Amino acid sequence: MESVAETRTIDLKVNGKAYSRPVPVRMMLSDFLRHELKLTGTHVGCEHGVCGACTILFDGRSARSCLMLAVQANGHEITTVEGLASGAEMHPLQTALSEHHGLQCGFCTPGMLTTLVELLNDNPSPTAEDVRIAISGNLCRCTGYEGIVAATLEAAGRMRASAGERS
Amino acid sequence: MPMLNMRFVLPDHVVDLNRVAELTGIRRAGETIEIGAMTRQRDLEFSQDIADACPLMSEALTHVGHRQTRNRGTIGGSLCHLDPAAELVCVAAALDAVVEVIGPNGRREIPFAEFPAGYMSPAIDYTEIVSRLTFPVWPRETGHAFVEFSRRHGDFAIVSAAAMLLLDGAGRITRAVLALGGVAATPLRMRDVEAALIGQVASIELIGKVAEMCRDVEAVGDVYVPASYRQHLACVMSRRALETALSRAGKSAAAAH
Ligand SMILES: Cc1cc2nc3c(=O)[nH]c(=O)nc-3n(C[C@H](O)[C@H](O)[C@H](O)COP(=O)(O)OP(=O)(O)OC[C@H]3O[C@@H](n4cnc5c(N)ncnc54)[C@H](O)[C@@H]3O)c2cc1C
Ligand code: FES
Ligand code: FES
Repeated sequence: MESVAETRTIDLKVNGKAYSRPVPVRMMLSDFLRHELKLTGTHVGCEHGVCGACTILFDGRSARSCLMLAVQANGHEITTVEGLASGAEMHPLQTALSEHHGLQCGFCTPGMLTTLVELLNDNPSPTAEDVRIAISGNLCRCTGYEGIVAATLEAAGRMRASAGERS
Repeated sequence: MPMLNMRFVLPDHVVDLNRVAELTGIRRAGETIEIGAMTRQRDLEFSQDIADACPLMSEALTHVGHRQTRNRGTIGGSLCHLDPAAELVCVAAALDAVVEVIGPNGRREIPFAEFPAGYMSPAIDYTEIVSRLTFPVWPRETGHAFVEFSRRHGDFAIVSAAAMLLLDGAGRITRAVLALGGVAATPLRMRDVEAALIGQVASIELIGKVAEMCRDVEAVGDVYVPASYRQHLACVMSRRALETALSRAGKSAAAAH
């Protein structure tokens, strides 16, 4: 096969910021985020969809960035782990993870966070079983998952409480 | 994409069908359901039309990979990838679905029984794409079940079974379907089991007996799972699927004959 690096220019939004970049047509979205945009919070483990570390939010839906080409993101909006906090204030799920030993090495964490943020958006009151099913596609070698489940339930409670205060 | 990443396939051209709006959507036309090839697994999972008309598919979808893969994965992709253990492939076999294909010579329809040309190989030309899957709606009283055995939730099934049973007012089976995924190179319809069920009064004993007929099914073995274990699972999954389908089947006087 020839190694011609044919490129296309893509326009997309990542964490609210608009980018316009030429990309090689066979570049994976995960590599684009890490190598081109230098958003190295998105991790890559297996690069074939199994480990979940590369999970991002694509138009608000969790998706594997290693299973998409960068050109497919043209015209779409992406949220990576870097986009979850508001300024210096961490997302309630990030705070809860650090309190509950929900991470150790942190390799799986970006994928856990994006997946669980989607879950909490869809279902503000998940059960422990709902959380386990949601992260069934995210491998963690360190925590044994218990802390992640506990943190998610706690974050859900805090988010419900602050939503209640606001309304 | 995993096939590209692992260099199992080295295509000169990759065409993204995501922006072809005509290929997406779920439509009920009378007693038929039509699903566009690019309809996402997620949209099928949460579709009220599918839940009403084909709860078998809704149940199967909860086993298809994970939330993050269902958000992007499509029914056409599942069918064309044609993994013998893919849940939607097994369901399409159970439903006697029809695959519509479009190519330079126009459209043609392929009955699902003829769709797999072999292991992971759909019987379509490289100039063709799958555009739609259609299948008939079964009566509301139908009992259905999709069960599978896998090592972890979200893994491809080692063996899966899809069953549907329709009973008449006297509890006699008027229609029966049993399809097995993961056992052989392509999904299997267990026609001899179906024939042994039809016309009989449904009971747990009957199901126990006919499920045993799967013991001799031709099964593939691999480094993880010997063929004999797949044959064993074929019996167990068939029994579980048929039992659950029976427990859900409402008696329908209209179906009596
Ligand atoms: C971690 C992981 C776990 C998974 N677990 C399961 C599981 O348990 N069960 C299961 O069934 N699947 C599972 N999958 C597969 C997943 O369901 C994919 O969605 C599915 O393989 C199809 O992907 P896709 O729709 O993106 O199609 P693609 O990957 O884009 O395409 C798959 C193949 O079909 C061809 N194709 C796609 N659409 C068409 C068309 N319209 N016409 C002609 N050819 C077409 C493509 O050229 C390609 O060869 C899993 C995947 C991952 C990554
Ligand atoms: S790197 Fe994408 S799922 Fe493992
Ligand atoms: S914290 Fe190390 S892999 Fe999950």
